[in-house]
Amino acid sequence: MTALPPLASFGGAIEFIFTPQESNVTGGNKVGGIDKVLELAMTQIEVSIFALALALVVALPVGLYFGHKGTGELLAVGLGNAGRAVPELALIAFMAAAIGVGVLNLTIALAVLGIPPILTNTFVGIRQVERATVDAARGLGMSEFEILRKVELPLAVPSVMSGVRGASVNIVATATIAPLAGVLTLGDFIINENVYGTDGVLAGAILVALLALAFEFGLAALQRRLTSKGLKLKPS
Amino acid sequence: MTSPALLAAVGEVGKGFIQERSSDTLPCQADSSKLFCFDWARENIGRYATPTLQQLELVVISVLIGFAIAFALSVFAHRHAWARPPLLAGTGILFAIPSIAFFLLLLPITGRGRETAIIALSAYTLQIIYRNVMVGLANVPDSVRDAARGMGLTDRQILWKVELPLATPEIVAGLRIATVSTVAIATLAVFAGGGGLGTQIYGGGNLSFTTSIIIAGAIAIFMALSFDVILLAIQRLATPWRRAAAA
Repeated sequence: MTALPPLASFGGAIEFIFTPQESNVTGGNKVGGIDKVLELAMTQIEVSIFALALALVVALPVGLYFGHKGTGELLAVGLGNAGRAVPELALIAFMAAAIGVGVLNLTIALAVLGIPPILTNTFVGIRQVERATVDAARGLGMSEFEILRKVELPLAVPSVMSGVRGASVNIVATATIAPLAGVLTLGDFIINENVYGTDGVLAGAILVALLALAFEFGLAALQRRLTSKGLKLKPS
Repeated sequence: MTSPALLAAVGEVGKGFIQERSSDTLPCQADSSKLFCFDWARENIGRYATPTLQQLELVVISVLIGFAIAFALSVFAHRHAWARPPLLAGTGILFAIPSIAFFLLLLPITGRGRETAIIALSAYTLQIIYRNVMVGLANVPDSVRDAARGMGLTDRQILWKVELPLATPEIVAGLRIATVSTVAIATLAVFAGGGGLGTQIYGGGNLSFTTSIIIAGAIAIFMALSFDVILLAIQRLATPWRRAAAA
């Protein structure tokens, strides 16, 4: 592993992003460049969004159900705790070695990482809704489903979204090591250093960081849109 | 992706002693259809000692640094409300940047190695701890604060003797989340040359075989859950009044 020259190497990384560079192993083929960057970024965005959506589809109804019923706290909270302890690298490596590589397997593995934070935060968010509020809604003649849909869920949006953002951070980060599972994302620049060189590694790191921040800001904006006006007025 | 080259290499190494026992069967570790090789695990468990200690060091040092910084930031923000939005946003950005990218962004500045990994891992813990300390302090009832002031306590005394002790459960909760997540993420330190259990999962540009992945992953999970239990016990010991209330 050669030592990187100091700060100047960021210049090389930026160049790598926009114009293809000579590689020392691909026999004169150029590597990097904006087209390749966009292609890999699209893959990473796609698998991340699919995985996040899959996690949401699984975790949200379960969290809502148990939260509304007020049971299963041990399961919902315990799963969240246990989920955090799973090392992403081991999960992806195990999946690739034991189950098989490919987009579908990767998406499922990433979704597995996203389920615990969404489930726990949904459960906690619904549980935190004041019982008096729920009773009032019931007194107004709302059905249980209406209570969940019109009272509890809107009030739980900040908590649910913080779970979604936590899941997204983890999923986008782990999608970076997806090339280990045969899916080429921006992490390819990082993992195949021998092909892309140190400029490529650094370029990959810059791009992955930007992509993660884009997800974070996008979800923060979504959270603001989904939060009802009344909640925003509350001083916090 | 267990590369054929790696399998062949493992096979070569294994040949010597395997041939004495059975000449025509592959050693378990060279057979990719086998998920776990108990014999191999028994003979090689010693090689996980150093990576485990490295991982432990990475986690403990990173969480301690992260805690010290986040704690100082929260005490500051508690007194100066204007600092809260920028601190929340700033730590939020550090949290959102994937650790693996963070490791590599630091390479030109701090080089490959443990320090780089520790900087990135501590940065990741800031938001979790900062947020929990702030929530803990905010949850202290105003009446308690007023009572302390009425007893003649200064602002500093109120913070250290009343508010922070009452915020201990939230603070420890943040510490638990930060520690458990850091154990998991520290396996990625291998990409920064920071050592740790990741070296037994992904080393030299190749994934290890499943036995090694399972062992390293299991050690990491066990380490994370042990930290969780220890911190929970510390919280119980540090808040005797809560045990009294529960009893």
